[in-house]
Amino acid sequence: MSNLIISPSPHIHSKDSTRSLMLDVIIALIPAVICSVVFYGWRELLVLGVSVASCVLLEWAVTKYWMKAPSTVGDLSAVITGILLALNLPYTTPWWVVFIGAVVAIGVAKLSFGGIGQNIWNPALVGRVFLLVSFPTYMTSWSAPQGLFGVDAVSGATPLGTIAEGLLQGSSVQELTSAYNYKDLLFANLGGSAGEVCALALLAGFVYLCCRKVIKPWITLSIFATVALTALVFNLADPSRFTGPLFNLLTGGLVLGACFMATDYVTSPMSLWGGVIFGVGIGFLTMMIRYFGSYPEGVSFAILIMNSVVPLLNRWFHQPKFGRK
Amino acid sequence: MGKHTFSIGGVHPHDSKISRGCAIEPLPLAPVVYISVAQHIGAPSVPCVQVGDKVKVGQVIAEPGGFVSAFIHSSVSGTVKSIGPRADLAGRPATHIEIEVEGDEWLEGIDTGDTLVTKIPEDNKAIIEKIRQGGVVGLGGATFPTHVKLSPPPGSKCERVIINGCECEPYLTSDFRTLLEKGEQVVVGAAILKQVMGNVPCTVAIEENKPEAIAHIKEVIARLGYEGIEVMPMKMRYPQGGEKQLIDAVMHRQVGSGALPISVGAVVQNVATALAVYDAVQKNKPIVDNSVTVTGECFPRQANLLVRVGTPLRYIVDYLGGVPADAAKIISGGPMMGRAVANLDAATVKGTGALLFLTAAQTRRAPESHCIRCGKCADACPMGLEPFLLNKLSRNMDLEALEANAAQDCIECGCCLYSCPAHIPLLDIIRQGKGAVLGAIRARAAAAKAAAEAAKNN
Amino acid sequence: MVKTILLTVAVITALGLLLALVLYLVAQKFKVEEDPRIDEVEKAMPGANCGGCGFAGCRAFAESAVKAPNLDNHFCPVGGNEVMAQVAAILGYELKAKAPEVAVVRCNGTCEARPRTSDYDGMASCAVKAALYTGDTGCAFGCLGCGDCAAACQFGALTMDPVTGLPVVDEEKCTACGACVKACPKKIIELRPKGPRGMKVFVSCVNKDKGPVARKACANACIGCNICAKTCTHEAITVEGNLAYIDASKCKLCRECEAMCPTGAIHGVNFPKALDKEAIKERIKARQNG
Repeated sequence: MSNLIISPSPHIHSKDSTRSLMLDVIIALIPAVICSVVFYGWRELLVLGVSVASCVLLEWAVTKYWMKAPSTVGDLSAVITGILLALNLPYTTPWWVVFIGAVVAIGVAKLSFGGIGQNIWNPALVGRVFLLVSFPTYMTSWSAPQGLFGVDAVSGATPLGTIAEGLLQGSSVQELTSAYNYKDLLFANLGGSAGEVCALALLAGFVYLCCRKVIKPWITLSIFATVALTALVFNLADPSRFTGPLFNLLTGGLVLGACFMATDYVTSPMSLWGGVIFGVGIGFLTMMIRYFGSYPEGVSFAILIMNSVVPLLNRWFHQPKFGRK
Repeated sequence: MGKHTFSIGGVHPHDSKISRGCAIEPLPLAPVVYISVAQHIGAPSVPCVQVGDKVKVGQVIAEPGGFVSAFIHSSVSGTVKSIGPRADLAGRPATHIEIEVEGDEWLEGIDTGDTLVTKIPEDNKAIIEKIRQGGVVGLGGATFPTHVKLSPPPGSKCERVIINGCECEPYLTSDFRTLLEKGEQVVVGAAILKQVMGNVPCTVAIEENKPEAIAHIKEVIARLGYEGIEVMPMKMRYPQGGEKQLIDAVMHRQVGSGALPISVGAVVQNVATALAVYDAVQKNKPIVDNSVTVTGECFPRQANLLVRVGTPLRYIVDYLGGVPADAAKIISGGPMMGRAVANLDAATVKGTGALLFLTAAQTRRAPESHCIRCGKCADACPMGLEPFLLNKLSRNMDLEALEANAAQDCIECGCCLYSCPAHIPLLDIIRQGKGAVLGAIRARAAAAKAAAEAAKNN
Repeated sequence: MVKTILLTVAVITALGLLLALVLYLVAQKFKVEEDPRIDEVEKAMPGANCGGCGFAGCRAFAESAVKAPNLDNHFCPVGGNEVMAQVAAILGYELKAKAPEVAVVRCNGTCEARPRTSDYDGMASCAVKAALYTGDTGCAFGCLGCGDCAAACQFGALTMDPVTGLPVVDEEKCTACGACVKACPKKIIELRPKGPRGMKVFVSCVNKDKGPVARKACANACIGCNICAKTCTHEAITVEGNLAYIDASKCKLCRECEAMCPTGAIHGVNFPKALDKEAIKERIKARQNG
């Protein structure tokens, strides 16, 4: 008989591992990925492929040759970053721009902070925002979906972009939003980055994650609630200037951001109340940027700003402790 | 049904009660037993026999070494062969009394018959003294001397006695079998405890994965006609059987940090302890044996054995066919809080509740990776602590911050390490931090006491 | 245009001056009066903040040294006599020189000599291992091999040898700060005088079990056989609780005990020549015979 194993208790472990949790997130993203490929066609597949492949490759290469640390590719977190980055880009983005985004996401936002678990900001969002600021032409010329195997698209603007522009030209919100039908927004029929297009697919993934207890719903729900409430108040005050709640919930990548980016373990608070405040902050900032900022969409910036506050939220808000009231 | 459970954290490991169908069978006597003098919390007992003495079953062989200590009785009849250090299951030397077994002669006055004695003596002081003389300690794992628990400090008042039949640790079935086979004795034991604590209500808490036991105990209570003893089915959740968790679940009161259960009016006793109380009070029978579950998927011969205290583990295992080839770890106790056996030559103690065999695949720890800040450890912690934070603080031995974040409240249930997806050895390191904080708190208390004494003297 | 530039320059300058004034006032208000010698002493310190002196860091050492009536309770093991001379000069104290010390590992239970009896699977930390088990070998006293000492060393003087499983001291780098001594739960590491040209003889074992038990657990263990104590002509060796100890202040480095030790538990290090056991045994025999 070989030597017996000894160790402190406990002697068994749950089936959860970093990889299994990440795999659950990937599964939750599959409906949205399928949707976006179906609506946008092979070019979306190219963006996804380049993004995921470069994220994984970069993570592998940097950890192995630069950090000389055990590779963390196996935990699948780089795959998620790749998918999220791709879903945040228009399908017309050239492959080399996608690659730069991946370099910023994995290299700068994640590994330069020490790799998984150490980063302050959501890597995919940092990549996206970097591209948004550096390559505005590629990043803001959205195209209406053409379907699988469709021919080259006609460039246009996203719903929020159209409205922002229209408001500058003096049109009222009612005129502008009348062009959109909420069923289209819900089922993905509008221009936008891939992940913005099918709210229902994203919500299905979110429900899956909550059921599997991978994430807790409170961050996402408080974002939705804050956005809806803020939009409602402003919309009631001046319907001609400010868009309404439902429109704001379903556009501008809010669903993607709230369900998959804001709930990223590493960059969100751990406690219930920390999470709620985090969500309220994201929702409010998003609406402020949308209404008063120069970018029509504000979710990415709002999440990144609130990411920076997470260490403070973690310090201020703790779990209720047993027997200490 | 099944509504009752504690309010914070907890995990749901598979209950794996594969030995639940095995009736308790007595283990044949070992040729030699080794009885430790340190098998309870508190001061070790002092041997009161000499090498060469003849002893009978139930004879006192070691006397308490202080108030918080316990009598130890010979579990066999035979000759004392040696008194000296011997390695316990962790390999640490402890004084053991070695007795060579000759026959099975019990001390006069011990009732070894099976007849149920329901008439409870009236004098509570005498009852507590009998419990003390019987060497009864908490058999739920902590092995705290029972007579101390039953003598609450002046000013505190017991409002409810809770009999802990949760057995929330996976694999363990000895309490379950005891409830089924010795339900009457357990209920009488509960009635004794209830009477001693001032005829307060008594709750027998049993997890809902043991419906037979719940039904049986309900039936027994009705049959014996006890008032004020009720069965409370509990939702299955680990660590329900933790003292503080159980009080929270049953009474919805939370015992404060560093406080005793009596501070919220609760006294918790394990099922096996209730049985030992019955034996000691009604039958004059001290603790000389206890039931031990021997189990594990890789162990072919599941069993619940009635084992004499001090039986070498190797003897038990050999009786059941030896260590299976694919067993990689042997655990004394359950998989969440039990201790890995480093030394099969160690002997059982009063608190030994199980021998569990796990394969390498079941128990080998996965390599540690980075914390992904998922917060699963904090969700799992039944004390509402934040293990990810305590982990960091313990590594730096930041005692002040550890105390501020309640490291001393850790009950070492293992939920954090169990649930960590990054396989970080959270509990291993938090135990270190907790130990250091408790040391600092004790040092502070001692210094304050010394200062007070000095002030008084001046 | 020029007007705009001038206005900007003026505003910025005014703002700068105003803020500078605020900063100056705040600095004055919160100024802490300190003995200037604290800074001087701190500057003389090595700045490792290792805590080897028993203070929280070099600054804490300096603060305490300045207040102390003499330097008896203050010694920087890292800087040694050289730094202490400087500190003494700054503070105007007399200095008692201290013999330089070095960390010595008193366990030679290599993986080969001390077979593993169980397979440890917990956190790789000696403290954790020691808290629950006596170790994964038959020896309850020896090195646990998880490297808490190496992790505690701020000077990179301790490394774990993967072959023997024991820590190795780099005497060049060791500053005798004592961090490893504190980190080791088994109290194996001892600070011993460095010895002439680093030469020293010590018992590399702390096992207090009786001979046969110790021997069974580890082929290199001290079995308390007393041969070394009987051999020593300088009364440097005492055997207590089945374990020999060599008093460095009495040891004359003759290496006779080392040659006679049946298990090789006595180690002589940094000697220029290899130990010629037979020659020494002859010598002892000749002496005992007449």
